[in-house]
Formats: sequence, C-alpha cells, structure tokens
Amino acid sequence: MVDLSVKIAHLNLKNPVMTASGTFGYGEEFRDFVDLGRLGGIVVKAVTGDNRDGNAYPRMAETPSGMLNSVGLQNKGVDYFIKEIYPAIKDFDTNVIVNVSGSTIEEYVAVAEKINELKKIPAIELNISCPNVKQGGMVFGTNPSIATEVTSAVRKVYKRDLIVKLSPNVTSIQEMAKAVVDGGADIISLINTLLGMAIDADKRKPILSTITGGLSGPAIKPVALRMVWQVSNAVKVPVIGMGGIMNATDAIEFMLAGASAVQVGTANFIDPTITMKIIDGIEAYCRLYKIRSVKELIGGLN
Amino acid sequence: MKEKKVLHDLIVIENIQLNKRHFILELQAPGLLPQFLPGQFVQVLVKDSPSTFLRRPFSIHAFDTVKNSFRLLIQIKGEGTRHLSLLKPGEKLNVMYPLGNSFTLPNGKNVLLVGGGCGVAPLLFLARWLKEQNVNVTMLTGWKRKEDIFEKEAYQQCGNLLITTEDGSEGETGMVTSHSIFKSVKTFDRIYCCGPDRMMKAISHIATRKGVECDVSLENTMACGFGVCLCCITPTTKGNQRVCMEGPVFNTKELKW
Repeated sequence: MVDLSVKIAHLNLKNPVMTASGTFGYGEEFRDFVDLGRLGGIVVKAVTGDNRDGNAYPRMAETPSGMLNSVGLQNKGVDYFIKEIYPAIKDFDTNVIVNVSGSTIEEYVAVAEKINELKKIPAIELNISCPNVKQGGMVFGTNPSIATEVTSAVRKVYKRDLIVKLSPNVTSIQEMAKAVVDGGADIISLINTLLGMAIDADKRKPILSTITGGLSGPAIKPVALRMVWQVSNAVKVPVIGMGGIMNATDAIEFMLAGASAVQVGTANFIDPTITMKIIDGIEAYCRLYKIRSVKELIGGLN
Repeated sequence: MKEKKVLHDLIVIENIQLNKRHFILELQAPGLLPQFLPGQFVQVLVKDSPSTFLRRPFSIHAFDTVKNSFRLLIQIKGEGTRHLSLLKPGEKLNVMYPLGNSFTLPNGKNVLLVGGGCGVAPLLFLARWLKEQNVNVTMLTGWKRKEDIFEKEAYQQCGNLLITTEDGSEGETGMVTSHSIFKSVKTFDRIYCCGPDRMMKAISHIATRKGVECDVSLENTMACGFGVCLCCITPTTKGNQRVCMEGPVFNTKELKW
C-alpha cells in the first residue's frame, strides 16, 4: 500500500494532485468525468471584487505544444461566488481552494476577507501573476516590494493557509519567492503562464484580441521545473509545482524538483479525466520503485 | 436532464473523400450513442500529430441510430485535419460528446437553411430532423464553383435545394446572400445558418430586417469544449456566453456582433 498523502502547511491532501485555477471551472463542470473526491484539491477559477467580463474574443491561440490564453479573469465577483457557487461546492470531499485576484491591494484584501468567512475553504491562492489584465495581476507579481506588500496586507485579514501564486515573468524567481514569504505566505505555487504572443501571418495581425497572452502547456514545462527547483531551494515554505503537466511522469518530475504537490492545468482541457490517470500513475511509479510514501519524492533528486 | 458527457474510443467505419479539401468520417461507438440533436458537436483528439495540441471540434453532420454511428464533415485546414483525412476504416479516434446546445424547432412549417462551404456540416442532420417533424425545408448552399459541390442528392432528399456559385457554373451566380429566394424570405418561419462569420452576419441582417427568426451556429476557437476554459465566448444580450455550452446555436436576436 502506497501512502499518497501529503501535508502542505495545514492542508492535508489525499494525494499531491490538485487542479489549477482557470482550467477546472468550479469543479462542477467535471462531474461527468472525474470523481472529485479523489483529488488532492481543486483551485477554483479566480474570484475578484466585482463582476468582470474578461477580454474580447479571440482569447485563445494554439501554439507548438501549448496554448496562449487571454481570458482576463472573467468571473461574476466575490459576492456572487459566496451566494451562488460556494453552496454547491463547499461539501466536495476535497480541499476547495479559492484563487483570489484584484486590481488593487484593497480589492485583494476585500475578497480575501470575505473568503475568510467561508469555513469550508481551507486556503486561498493569491493570484499576483495573471498576465491578462491591464491593472494589477502580474504587476503585483513582478515587483518584489509590491509582492510583499500585497501578501502582508492579505495575511492580516486571512487566517487560514495563504498560497501565493508566482509569475514566471521575472528575472529572479527566488527573489520573488522570498518576497512573498516575507509577506507571510504559507505556501508558494508556481508557475503561472509565461507572457507570449501569436501572429497570423496571412492577416498580418496578432491572433489574440489583447495581442499578448499567457502561454501554458508542455511548452513551458522545462521553465517551470527549473523555477520550482530554484524556489524550493531558496525558501522553507512548501511549494506547489505546475506548468505543462500532462501525465504522471511530469508530476513526479515536479516533486523531484522540490514540489510537495502539483497542479494540473491545460491538460484538463484535452483529457478531462487526466487527473485520475495522474494519481494512478504516481501510485504505480511508487510501487515500481518500492516507495512507501509519496513524500519521499519531494526534492528527491539523486 | 442533460446527457452525460463521455470520452470514448470510436471506430472509423468510413472515410469518404468528397473533394480535395473535404472528407467525411463515419464513426461507430462500442456502446449506445446518446440521442444527438442537430447543432451539437464533438471534440476529437488527433493523435500522433505533434503540432495539434488541442482537440478539434466538429459538428455532427449525420446521425444513424440504426448503425449507432455518426458522421463528421471535415475541411482540411491544417496538420490536424490532414492527419484525420488519412484515417482508415478500423482505426480508432478518441471523441468527447455530446457537446453544446441544438437548433430550435420553428413556429411554423416552412424553414430556410443557409450554408456556405463546410458550413453545411450541421445542416444535413438538421434538415433530416426537420423533415421527420414534417417541416418543409428549403436549403440554400453557396460554393465557389460547381466542382466543389458535394452531397447534392442527400440535401435534395430533405427538400428543395438551391445553389449559388461564385463563378456561376451552377445555380445562381454570386454569394448566398444575393440569391433571389431572399425576395420572398418572409414566407419562412425560421432561418438556420452556418458558415463564415461574414455570411452569418449578412443573413442575420436580412432576417432582422424582414422580421424572421434566425438561428446561427458559431464556430469560435475553443480549448476545452465543455465550458471551463472560457476562450470561445461571444457577447450576447445576456453578457459573454460560451459558444461550447450556451451555443454553438444562438438566436441572432441575442447576439451582439
């Protein structure tokens, strides 16, 4: 029997496999495909202070081994979330984590304060890394002193586990990691999407309405692995790794690089059952190598 | 109750080359297929094609409950569709279905279906379904030239088939939007349209002007096809809606194009 459970800060996960924000809706959408109770956790779509329509179409471009998106945090705001969505998802038999975003520090704080009242949400993931909004988002995640400031402001009002999601669009990811730990982050998740661009040569136009967007998928996996390795060596808080995980081997690589858990994102679009396969694959890997606890994989490079 | 979405490996039972750029795949399921409705689509996984990362959405072109199979009409556009065009009977394809909403029944017995090129894909299934409900179908199809026209007999079996070609080699000359049928468009209870955006907008314009209900089927690019990526949105009177969930069929009165 392989012990797949991991503990990150105060979060007990049945296994290290979580779903990444923006790729799993609110979980409900996956009921036909996935036994939600088998997941280590679900990070729901970003929630902001007020309703956001998001960016104009086109919001997506397929790229070699990946895709660009510029959805722009479309959601109906935190009050709608609390009233309409929370009741439907609060009793899922897994950790339901809310991704929190905003354009100002005040907005992040206001949303976090409201989510703090939701007893069945054990953690929030602070999104300081969205590349697709004009104000806020990535701005908070690319400047270390602003990252510390927003993290510590949220820390003051949010009492449970505070995950901060980092942007890879920086010169030194270690510096950003240290900045959010200084601000009071309990856990770091990385990486968000890499800023990219796609062009239609026939039309001589950018494909995305916003010109640039966030790159995800296997194309970014080597960058993500490198950053997870750097961050897990630079800070003491647990790390959740993500970026192009398509199968169990990818997930294991992230754990070997230092991640205590992983998030699966873009792969959910192509195979909505992929998280179940990844959990099974991690267990099979542990059996093959006679590993009794998946925790042995964390930072387990030879 | 909505049909449960499933992922299945389906068997290719036919691959019919219609012309240089179009082909039909007929797929059979191991288990019973759901009761597909016209307008619904599927998401196909293209294997062994490294540049094809996401699934490819195709609307259901024909549905055969006896054979427990359905057909996809596909235009070769890039490497993914080229790859699919080479599939042989017996090979398997991983498909997600059923996806999206469906066309609405008319409040009357006379309808006009308008399709441009590969946009006819969902209209054959629709035409057959309408005929089963004793609706009189007039189908207008637009093509570049005579050689491009395919499946004429299939459409003719559903009702009155009208044709336009850009070079005038068959039917009326010009685009579908300039066809003489639009002079008497008020005799129709509903228009159903699928094709390039520009064509759908033009037809929608005519429908609005003449006060005829009009359904269009959009094909915005999408990543997932089941409502989570929020990439395929279109602005409507109800705000941004997902083409894969609230669509692909929209009443043109709701669209804010």
